[in-house]
Amino acid sequence: MNVNLPIYMDYSATTPVDPRVAEKMMHYLTLQGVFGNPASRSHKFGWEAEHAVEEAREHIAALVNADPKEIVWTSGATESNNLAIKGVAHFYQAQGKHIITCKTEHKAVLDPCRQLEREGFEVTYLDPQPNGLIDLKELEANIRKDTILVSLMHVNNEIGVVADIAAIGEITRAHKVLFHVDAAQSTGKVAIDLEKMKVDLMSFSAHKTYGPKGVGALYVRRKPRVRLEAQMHGGGHERGMRSGTLATHQCVGMGEAFRIAREEMLSEGERIKALRDKLWNGIKDMEEVYVNGDLEHRVPHNLNVSFNFVEGESLIMALKDIAVSSGSACTSASLEPSYVLRALGRDDELAHSSIRFSIGRFTTEADIDYAIDLIRNKVGKLRELSPLWDMFKDGVDLKSIQWSAH
Amino acid sequence: MSYSEKVLDHYENPRNVGAMDKDDASVGTGMVGAPACGDVMRLQIKVNEHGVIEDAKFKTYGCGSAIASSSLLTEWVKGKTLEEAGAIKNTEIAEELALPPVKIHCSVLAESAIKAAIEDYQSKNATTTA
Repeated sequence: MNVNLPIYMDYSATTPVDPRVAEKMMHYLTLQGVFGNPASRSHKFGWEAEHAVEEAREHIAALVNADPKEIVWTSGATESNNLAIKGVAHFYQAQGKHIITCKTEHKAVLDPCRQLEREGFEVTYLDPQPNGLIDLKELEANIRKDTILVSLMHVNNEIGVVADIAAIGEITRAHKVLFHVDAAQSTGKVAIDLEKMKVDLMSFSAHKTYGPKGVGALYVRRKPRVRLEAQMHGGGHERGMRSGTLATHQCVGMGEAFRIAREEMLSEGERIKALRDKLWNGIKDMEEVYVNGDLEHRVPHNLNVSFNFVEGESLIMALKDIAVSSGSACTSASLEPSYVLRALGRDDELAHSSIRFSIGRFTTEADIDYAIDLIRNKVGKLRELSPLWDMFKDGVDLKSIQWSAH
Repeated sequence: MSYSEKVLDHYENPRNVGAMDKDDASVGTGMVGAPACGDVMRLQIKVNEHGVIEDAKFKTYGCGSAIASSSLLTEWVKGKTLEEAGAIKNTEIAEELALPPVKIHCSVLAESAIKAAIEDYQSKNATTTA
């Protein structure tokens, strides 16, 4: 078996830049390349840079079937989310100060919402169903006369479940509420057609789709027109919505990444689904192994699994030959299990025992074979070490025990 | 997070993993922590008639630092009297393993585990000898 260790299985955190993208970006940096300021109107250097940026903008628009004029460059999905949520809230606050989102959103949506609460807005945080998706009836029931915005992600970063944004868009449009979608995890994985989907704002990231870090975009619908209050003030770039000199090489990189995604997503999706299914089929017969989130309405790139009675951080340590992440945030300073898994109603024990495997363009079948062997071996070893596994095997109900919280 | 070499060594080659008969009068069992918090340690000691710990076994559900803390503790308590073992401080464990601040609670748990095991042994033997 020919694999390079460690094997990267954390594509949901970031993807490597596709070599075709990196090659293209290099032509937009040096004196010999197109290094000009895209906002320079007085010479060829500026015109060429502007042309490159506009061509890249067309590639972003084409992937999601939008008009290039509806694409605003940003520094990444976090900035796009901030601009969409705070920008809409500030512009439309006279019409109402209520926003709806979900507990399992990314922090780049939840934290701007928290900030708006401090500014006097009211935010409803919907509970997801146990499969990780929201109940559309519950969403509709929570829309009020003063609701101005619904913000929901397309694909969840931890569990990979895919929201039905077409159906949600019908509901929000009928109630004349704006709809923002964080699509950082979905571009190149799930088809997006903004001609058909009634989405008003959509956030994109380059580095989750084989483009460079540090660049993203926000889709802002023109028909019907959506208005925003700028969060970054300066030279009035991007039609006043986002000032700052455009990073030509970054925009070009994102454009190329999205162009490749559009061409290859169908065949790539099939290949990755086969790999993900192989991984799951290789471990699902182990005892006490659970998938977190819906397995059907899910991108093929993600497998989030709880290995009961094994603690996630020690498992990550045992699996050091494969780069994965833990649903348990013990690896950061907080010792809390994943808020996403808790919101699904998973027990803390299972949330502590979860691992996110995310695979992508450069994952091979040999990588998957290696991972399956390693997981089976190491989970077995850690269970031999686990007093909880002993008790489970002895038929002790762990819920019947009075644990000393600490 | 990077682990110290000592943590990695105990994690890769944990010492004294196992279980003893918890109903044996010469065995003291301490189980501390909670699954919901991400750590459970079970430490068992076998005590001879001179009050000396002859053997120790552990099993731990938890992060690498928790596993290492309990593994180290089993090495340290063997051959010690109950009094000496009960005097082991979490700070000594944390220092030996070079635990970072966010992992200090693992050493605290290990100290609680040996205290609980000693208490269990003493309560068993108080009732049998009285």
